[in-house]
Amino acid sequence: MSAWRFFLEHRAEILGATANHLTLVLIAMAFAIAIAVPLGMFIVHRPTLRNFALAMASIFQTIPSLALFGFLIPIPFIGGIGRRTAIVALVLYALLPILRNTYVGLTGIDPAVLEAAEAMGMTESQILWRVRLPLARAVILAGIRTATIITIGVATIAAAIGAGGLGTFIFRGVAMVSDAVILAGAIPAALLAIVADLLLGWVERRLRIV
Amino acid sequence: MNPKTVPEYLHPTIQFQNVTYSINGSVHHTLVSGIDLSVDSGQTLVLLGRSGSGKTTLLKLINRLLVPTDGQVVVRDRPTIEWDPIQLRRGIGYVIQEAGLFPHFTVAQNVALVPSLENWDAARITARVNDLLTLVGLDPAQYASRRPHELSGGQRQRVGVARALAADPPILLMDEPFGALDPVTRAELQREFNALAKRLGKTIVFVTHDLREALLLASRIVLLEKGRILADATPQEFPRIDHPEVRAFTASLAPLSGVQI
Repeated sequence: MSAWRFFLEHRAEILGATANHLTLVLIAMAFAIAIAVPLGMFIVHRPTLRNFALAMASIFQTIPSLALFGFLIPIPFIGGIGRRTAIVALVLYALLPILRNTYVGLTGIDPAVLEAAEAMGMTESQILWRVRLPLARAVILAGIRTATIITIGVATIAAAIGAGGLGTFIFRGVAMVSDAVILAGAIPAALLAIVADLLLGWVERRLRIV
Repeated sequence: MNPKTVPEYLHPTIQFQNVTYSINGSVHHTLVSGIDLSVDSGQTLVLLGRSGSGKTTLLKLINRLLVPTDGQVVVRDRPTIEWDPIQLRRGIGYVIQEAGLFPHFTVAQNVALVPSLENWDAARITARVNDLLTLVGLDPAQYASRRPHELSGGQRQRVGVARALAADPPILLMDEPFGALDPVTRAELQREFNALAKRLGKTIVFVTHDLREALLLASRIVLLEKGRILADATPQEFPRIDHPEVRAFTASLAPLSGVQI
């Protein structure tokens, strides 16, 4: 069976899986941003916590994704089979790029600008909100962009623990030894990643100063 | 702008009383030591010295970007360590090399920074920004809404001066403010600043390694070497001081031999 015919015959199902996939990614990204950006702001002036937080986020990234899904299943409240577990795993994966870019963006600011801000009598929190954060936003968004691309890819594996999404076709295709079925999951996932990359790249350029 | 508008309690005087500053308090990293120096109200004191002589350190001790390891710095009759650093700094203008303007703010927002931190009302801020931009020779209609990257180096430095003067602080600290400019623009800004300083009646502490600049702007020159004061003189007396470091600086003014003009 050709891939094209499979696409046409299953277009409703593929569209549904794409929507499901996108929902997984959006929920996971919302949580990851809500955790990593404030955490990044919090660790700017706290070196001990900074090292710990960045190390933890790095460790999550080194765990193979399928293993991470597996590890989470037996954990009470966040674990089990299904969407919730998948979202937890995706959030853990997305943390590092966002956290690291937030931190790098907030600290990589022209020292003359920070010195001037301090000498003008701005408080530490005024410097953070009015100087560091606006100047770091393009770098932070670059981290969100990277994390989104990663999450779109990793979310295909979430099908292995029953979370649905485009991975459903990929796993089914592997089991059936059918390229057409694999492509029905892989092509929409790749398209999602490309569109997200272009869109966020455009926003990032708009946010860049100078 | 009028010096008379400075309230009596803001009487601007800076006194260094046997001040030593070492990085992390370590004697091996002493940047300045045993400094006794008093800056009178309305004076333009130039701290002159080579790189690493401790000029910038002294400046940062005044607005409490640094705290003395030993001794104390008294600003407006109160040691800096007893000041709330935020309040202290809002009463001290600060201009640095490359201006340190906020790249995400417009020129007007940069100048308005301290007044807006002090919660002035919008109309007063706008009026003040326009006055100051005019004062430093930038037409508000043309420049107020520009971003710093749309300005030349000289224009950025003018904005830096306007920003430092915004809340009418009695004290102005300047760290090689014209150091990164081309010689022609630098001379232009020095001349204008000299006239401005005389008119405003601020107490100014100005850091430079350029004797020519010191002679032009100073009412008093303090020469530093290796964190200590070597000489303290008026611009008229200064070149006649018999000291090797003074001679080294005056020699730097001598025209290049063999260059035909």
